[in-house]
Amino acid sequence: MCLAVPGKISAIEGRNGTVDYGGGLTRKAALDLVPDAVVGDYVLVHAGYAITRIDQDEAEETLKLIREMGHPDAGG
Amino acid sequence: MPAAESFRDPELARALVGRIRALAGRLGRPTAFMEVCGTHTVAIARSGLEGLLPEGLRLVSGPGCPVCVTPQGEIERAVAAAALPGVALVTFGDMLRVPARGGSLETARSAGGDVRMAYSPREALEMARAEPGRQFIFVGVGFETTIPAFAATVLEARGSGVGNFSVLPGFRLVPPALAAVLASGPALDGFILPGHVSAILGTEPYEVIPASGRAAVVAGFEPLDLLLGVEMLLAQLAEGRPRVEIAYRRAVRPEGNPQARRLTELVFEPADAVWRGIGTLPASGLAFRSEFRDFDAAARFGLPTPEVPEPDGCRCGEVLTGHVTPRDCPLFGNVCTPEDPVGPCMVSSEGCCAARYRYGPEGASAGRSGR
Ligand code: SF4
Repeated sequence: MCLAVPGKISAIEGRNGTVDYGGGLTRKAALDLVPDAVVGDYVLVHAGYAITRIDQDEAEETLKLIREMGHPDAGG
Repeated sequence: MPAAESFRDPELARALVGRIRALAGRLGRPTAFMEVCGTHTVAIARSGLEGLLPEGLRLVSGPGCPVCVTPQGEIERAVAAAALPGVALVTFGDMLRVPARGGSLETARSAGGDVRMAYSPREALEMARAEPGRQFIFVGVGFETTIPAFAATVLEARGSGVGNFSVLPGFRLVPPALAAVLASGPALDGFILPGHVSAILGTEPYEVIPASGRAAVVAGFEPLDLLLGVEMLLAQLAEGRPRVEIAYRRAVRPEGNPQARRLTELVFEPADAVWRGIGTLPASGLAFRSEFRDFDAAARFGLPTPEVPEPDGCRCGEVLTGHVTPRDCPLFGNVCTPEDPVGPCMVSSEGCCAARYRYGPEGASAGRSGR
């Protein structure tokens, strides 16, 4: 029940965002819980509300960390 | 963006599995981690992740399936609400099939009750606006991930003066359930903490876990997220330094989502709640604050919650607190199946018995052969 779906905010009107889930699928999501979100941000949407921003830099950092685990000698 | 696919990369998964094996070897003793969240249970079962883990490293399911822990009495209360004249009962799809004495919400619908499905409480608010002559009651279930959506919807309903929308509160909070698990003293070395509950809560409520000497890592839901979570748990144990860490940093901040918590606290206050299979846990649920009583469907329509005993033979309580696994239950897979569930852990698709049955090695075929 705690599934949340990632998407990109493509437009904002008042408290409503249009979220693009890729593959041509867009839906409205309420932005009440992420008041700082701006167009272009990625968010996780749960029960019709964006619940958190997805931080792209952190995503890259995590992947880099995992990559380095595979190559412990490569400067990790 | 690094799409979700990046977190499914098989080569990186192999690298992580290598690290996990090395760390487990260094520890040199059996370990057990509890994944608290039902969405994790399904992600783990579906990805076949357990097959990749070294022998002696076990994952145990926890109490984090909101549908599973909803007591039968609350289901019966919702069924009673659906029978009220002039009322439409709105629910998340997962609740439809949960059996109760006298039938499920699905049964109520086939009997002519106005039972509707929605993905968001906001959809129900829209329905209420569109049909002002009808009362719309949303069956409010969920953890910290879902609760802020209800709080925001209630605030919106009040702000715009919608008088025909209310909620049957059946919310549950994760930290008190974790405390109950810890107090029951299961043989656990660490916890894989729920990613989306933690996106709201942050990490502070989990400090009791390292205080008990156990490791704790907040994890996401893709295979790499889960493997990284396991790797970090093992590393904490190998270092002998249990603490609360985040393996899901792209979505979870240490401080959580303060705005979501603020809205929740405006509308709700903590209340004791019954967890199916576990019992009453203090301050583990939510009640409407007095200023918002009008939105409490139980109060508005005078709907009591009957006390219903647990079905005979079901070991859900022990399963949900990590003391036994589904296969330890004599009813698993023969008397109790997803088609004809006995206990709550088999009812929801996120219940650990249901997940084991669908995906696990001891599921479907093995279970039927009655081993
Ligand atoms: S298999 Fe069925 S009866 Fe046994 S613990 Fe799980 S839900 Fe309960």
